[in-house]
Amino acid sequence: MLVEIQDARKTYQGASGQVLAVDGLSLSLDAGDFVAVQGPSGCGKSTLLLLAGGLLAPESGSVQIAGEKPYELSADARSKFRAQNVGFVFQQFHLVPYLSVLDNVLAPSIATGSTGSEQRARELIDRFGLSHRLAHTPGELSSGERQRTALARAMLNQPKVLLADEPTGNLDTENATEVLKHLREFASSGGAVLLVTHDAQAAAAADRVVHLREGKIDTAV
Amino acid sequence: MSVWRLVLREMKHRKANFVLSLLSVTVAIACLVGAQTLLRSDEIQTETILSEKQTEIESAISVREVAVAEAGKALEDSVRKDMLKLGFNVLIVPASQDLAELHLNGTLTETMPESYVDKLASSNIVTINHLLPSVTKRVAWPEKEIDVIVQGTRGEVPIMHRGLKKPLLEAVPPGTMVVGYQVHSKLGLKAEDKVALLGKEFTVKTLHPERGSTDDVTIWIDLAEAQQLLGMENVINAILALECGCTGDRISQIREEIAGILPGTNVIEKHSQALTRAESRNKAKVAADNALLAEQKAGQETLARETKSRAEIQNRRAGLVGILVPLVLIGCALWIGFLAFGNVRQRFSEIGILRAIGLSSNQVLALFLIKAGLIGLIGGVAGAVVGVLIGIQFGGLAPSEETWRRIFETGAVLTTIVLAPLLAPAFSAIASWLPALIAARRDPALVLQAE
Repeated sequence: MLVEIQDARKTYQGASGQVLAVDGLSLSLDAGDFVAVQGPSGCGKSTLLLLAGGLLAPESGSVQIAGEKPYELSADARSKFRAQNVGFVFQQFHLVPYLSVLDNVLAPSIATGSTGSEQRARELIDRFGLSHRLAHTPGELSSGERQRTALARAMLNQPKVLLADEPTGNLDTENATEVLKHLREFASSGGAVLLVTHDAQAAAAADRVVHLREGKIDTAV
Repeated sequence: MSVWRLVLREMKHRKANFVLSLLSVTVAIACLVGAQTLLRSDEIQTETILSEKQTEIESAISVREVAVAEAGKALEDSVRKDMLKLGFNVLIVPASQDLAELHLNGTLTETMPESYVDKLASSNIVTINHLLPSVTKRVAWPEKEIDVIVQGTRGEVPIMHRGLKKPLLEAVPPGTMVVGYQVHSKLGLKAEDKVALLGKEFTVKTLHPERGSTDDVTIWIDLAEAQQLLGMENVINAILALECGCTGDRISQIREEIAGILPGTNVIEKHSQALTRAESRNKAKVAADNALLAEQKAGQETLARETKSRAEIQNRRAGLVGILVPLVLIGCALWIGFLAFGNVRQRFSEIGILRAIGLSSNQVLALFLIKAGLIGLIGGVAGAVVGVLIGIQFGGLAPSEETWRRIFETGAVLTTIVLAPLLAPAFSAIASWLPALIAARRDPALVLQAE
């Protein structure tokens, strides 16, 4: 299993008391899996994504990514583990505004300190059709180009798991299709994709769709 | 990709933050270096002022010394000439003579043989030049009913071995008298008047002007006539010796020589006008020397006062700098910290993403501290340059090779300038430490959830 979440529970301190975000949730992703997570706002989709990304430790239950329990690692080791095994894609792209496309894609190499990343970055940029935008900053790119840049960044360190939070939310159909295509390709190449989305079209692109309600899996299709 | 590249790109992107932070460091370092330079400039100014004052005083004293030396030389020359012309007078009297009598009354009571003068004249004496034997007695002038001093003199007795010289003083011819000022003015005497003295008639030959001494109550007559009238045949009271050409301790030499010729006599020095003048001049020279010393002392005191005054000004400035510089440094540090905090707040989202893609908290900390260090380095160099220029400008020094040499002479300014680019990054990093720590400890999950 690339991702194995078992009986995870996570609460937040809200204004009106404790809020249960994830309640005894279990989910597994194997190599080649492309799983979409859907549900109403506040059902715990984003929390699930953070749990699966090694960014948010559950209060109970366990999380295993690529055979490793990230929350048992030190903070620095977990950061490095994340850099090597997990890629993130967000709805708002979250590119570093003052870096060029090439530098944004290369940013994860700071964490790993790996040499030879530039060659792979250029290959990814070429693969995502951004070669003509190499030196451009995010502000000079279209939404589709920004998301493709974010995808390239997420894939730089050849992660085993790709976590996408509404990656098509700000894209037109054409660009959304393009992004979903790349996610599919990633899964097909042996990775695992966990896609959080409201978009039915995007969910339809997944192999499996998990519906969340009040922090629990409601249905899995 | 490295942290450095990320830092440089960010600095280039957020220019306002970079420029303001750089300005703060520059101001802080410029203040530190400027204060050091200003104090050093002050020291240089003080050294220059004191040196000029010292030179001025030394020059004035030097001029005065030359004037005093010249005056002294002129005085010495004048005295020498006076001495040559008038000589010092000595009085040879019997050893038994009570000198108090001479000093109090101007008269002598003891006698010695008149032949002493001939003995002296025929000797090989060298310390005296002219000899005037005399008898002196205070008498009540019965014909005029006043007291006078009668002095009998025979004029100069030439010293035989020196040949005849023109006498310095003329003898009083027999039957005539020379009358002192008090006597002739009181008696209304005129030249050629016939007057009787102790029963003998004399013609007034000369009337002396006032001299302010016993001369004013003295009558001079021929020695032989005086001896006869006073009952002092073949004796004299004193021999006045004139024109002594001696140098050094002359009185001792004269005494020694005369004692060998005329045993039982005493030699006393008789002040002459020349001696009095010489003494006055010597006193004037002593006064001039004292004035010179006083001027030297006054100069040194002025210099000491100026030094003290400058030192007080410098101490006050150093005290002010000691308060102001730390205040400016603290102010700049707070401002740098504030800017860094603003930068961190602005980059919360970016920090969250960087943490999410794997950067460790130490790498995030490094992002901010490297930036702070770079700003410190650039600001340190800029501040050092600006500080030195401001310090020189406000210190009132004109930039020149000599100014630079003197500014860096003591090493304090140089040390500050060398250390500034090293200390400034540390200063900037410390000021940015807390915001950087906040950034490093920011939980990426919170950032991403907030998005």
